[in-house]
Amino acid sequence: MSVLLYMIPLALLLGLIGLGSFIWSLKTGQYDDLDGAAQRILMDDETDNSSKN
Amino acid sequence: MAEQNISGEPVDHRPLTTTNTPSPVTPYVRKNENGENHLVLMVDGVNCAKCIQKIEGTLRKIPQVTHARLNFSTRRLNLNWTGPAEFAEFLCAKIGSLGYTCTPFSPETFESNENKETRFLLLSLAVAGFAAGNIMLLSFAVWFTGANEMGVGTRDFLHWISALIAIPSITYAGRPFFQSAYKVLRAGHTNMDVPISVGLILTTAMSLFELVTHGTHTYFDSAVMLMFFLLIGRYLDSRARANAGQAARDLMSLMGGTATIIENGVTRTVLVRDLQPGMTVIIAMGERIPADCIIITGQTEIDSSLITGETMPVTANVGDHIASGTLNIAAPITARILRSADESQLASIVTLLERAEQSQAKYVRLADKIARLYTPIVHLLALITFISWIMLGHMAWQPALMIAVTVLIITCPCALALAIPVVQVVAISHLMKRGILIRSGNALERLAKIDTVIFDKTGTLTLGKPTLCNKADIAANTLQIAASMACHSRHPLAQALASAYDGPLLEMTVTEHAGRGLSATHNGRDIKLGRRDWCGASNLPSQPDYLEIVMAQPDTTPVMFLFTDRLRPDAIATINTLKQRGLKIMLLSGDRHEITAKVARAACIDEFRAGLNPDQKFAELEGLHKTGHQVLMVGDGLNDTPILAGADVSMAPASGIDIARNTASVVFTGDKLVPVLQALDAARFAQTLVRQNIGMTIIYNLLAIPLAMAGYVTPLIAALAMSSSSIMVTLNAFRIRRLK
Repeated sequence: MSVLLYMIPLALLLGLIGLGSFIWSLKTGQYDDLDGAAQRILMDDETDNSSKN
Repeated sequence: MAEQNISGEPVDHRPLTTTNTPSPVTPYVRKNENGENHLVLMVDGVNCAKCIQKIEGTLRKIPQVTHARLNFSTRRLNLNWTGPAEFAEFLCAKIGSLGYTCTPFSPETFESNENKETRFLLLSLAVAGFAAGNIMLLSFAVWFTGANEMGVGTRDFLHWISALIAIPSITYAGRPFFQSAYKVLRAGHTNMDVPISVGLILTTAMSLFELVTHGTHTYFDSAVMLMFFLLIGRYLDSRARANAGQAARDLMSLMGGTATIIENGVTRTVLVRDLQPGMTVIIAMGERIPADCIIITGQTEIDSSLITGETMPVTANVGDHIASGTLNIAAPITARILRSADESQLASIVTLLERAEQSQAKYVRLADKIARLYTPIVHLLALITFISWIMLGHMAWQPALMIAVTVLIITCPCALALAIPVVQVVAISHLMKRGILIRSGNALERLAKIDTVIFDKTGTLTLGKPTLCNKADIAANTLQIAASMACHSRHPLAQALASAYDGPLLEMTVTEHAGRGLSATHNGRDIKLGRRDWCGASNLPSQPDYLEIVMAQPDTTPVMFLFTDRLRPDAIATINTLKQRGLKIMLLSGDRHEITAKVARAACIDEFRAGLNPDQKFAELEGLHKTGHQVLMVGDGLNDTPILAGADVSMAPASGIDIARNTASVVFTGDKLVPVLQALDAARFAQTLVRQNIGMTIIYNLLAIPLAMAGYVTPLIAALAMSSSSIMVTLNAFRIRRLK
């Protein structure tokens, strides 16, 4: 059972990384326009790349 | 705006643009922190990636534009640029030339609380989700290993980790509930957040106690999962909530400003609010009429689109009364003030509007109604459980409290908290994809209950802009010449004439004569296009039902172009379907009786009232309310705003004036009237789904409460019950997408 001693913290750490990246993506406005993101895949690449909000 | 027409004369388009687009966009421009201009526009007609690319691509090519991003979900275009704020008009025209219509947004009224609160809820939701997932992982191990296989030490270890995750995350993510519960308790009331907070805190505390005493069951997982589901509901609810309208205040700003008066032959500038009856004012072309007055000298055209929604300018002569808030679009006039600004028509609309906005607050949301019943029942049941186990079951207080807490957990309005907001959010986003913007989940609830629809005439039933209706009678080359001239003017009729012709235009030098018309020379012939008396064609048969432009060429009979405002293309079909749905349809208009009757007949509306001023319109609404009717008002003009605000639900076309749009609970885009029907159908279906969902949660509670009170609910059962009921109501909500 001693495997739990590092497996559980490891699992939690991975979870925390997930949480952290979600918060990061939320704060950079990546959830502001989900439908638009789906449409933008279809667009040709532009030279002007001001996609960040 | 240093635009020049071909003859080299500078043309001031500023005043006349207001007759085409309901309001100029410059007032909506804000400065952002980098000193750039910022503007949010709602763009109509965007439906694919190409549109995004076309709009953004075109705008980004303009060197001044520093940021152009179109949000496809909300149809909002965020624009930043450097230089003068007035550049906005050009940018809008640019978007218009691509074939999209755009209307400005005042960011303050629309999304002030959206950002802060919704974002905080989403963060809490993320934390709760993380905690719930991880604790569940550990709990599974406890639940599914027999007591013999797992030692007490291992179980305690897993429980301790759960506690370590649960307590900080409940402290962080439970704040929305704790804060709200604290607030109402301090005010001596109660709401849904009180049992939630009590449940969360008691569960955590009892679980901690169990942990210390090496108990078998801890309920950290239940508490965190409960919080997670509740936060989903809360988050969706906050997205569906409307912001309080501040239409009256927007309107007041129209009454500000100054006016030029003549006193003893000398002109002087005074504040509009200092105008007194009897004063003589000079009203320049493009100026708003400061107060109700009567024309002394000059002949002009008055655009009263802001007040009546009537987009066709009306000719005004000496002796005619003109109302405050209307716009002088053709020629300068002098006029005598009849009433001070405070007593003028505009002021009376403001008063009405304020009254209407105050009367709105009475509506109680279904969720709140349920909460009022729910809270005492749940607390009572938990208390009964606790006391009965001690008194009748002779149990120690700790296990009895534990059972009482499970009653609280299991009855916690998890599915109930989701039942309404999920349906509303799905319905709102479903409608948004069809160009219908619902300002609040509230509006959906009320929309489902209406039994009467009141339409305004101009701009609502009709398109609100003139269209050429005798095109078939006009020779092609005559139309070509006329359109080539008309495209140089911003007058609404001239624009209608220009847009009726789609062939190649002729190059010519055109001069605009304010208030009269346009003149040009083509192939050595002088051509006039404008008012009939100016074109020397007073003897043409008069056409009282139509608006007209006359074209005169030497040695030929003058040609008349007749214009009328058309019904929205699907108005008849929509109204008939609304009638089939059992709704009472009414038309209220400020326009003349004959015209209103004609439109009513054309649109198959049996009941109509004509010649109503805003007070009378509002009185009609109050009459309907007194007889117990639930009213949907569809209107677009300033004269409609009190009734828009006072009606149970209101809809405004995006082409309507800004104040009407801000007042209305639903805004729809496009030329069609069918959004009224779509919104109504979606609202009714949403209401059915809400009722089904509430029914489901009640059944669930009827099954779960006896179990919980009997003490049979383990953390596993609580988790299963909570998640299954939540998933059920969510899936049910998505059925709304089946609607067309």
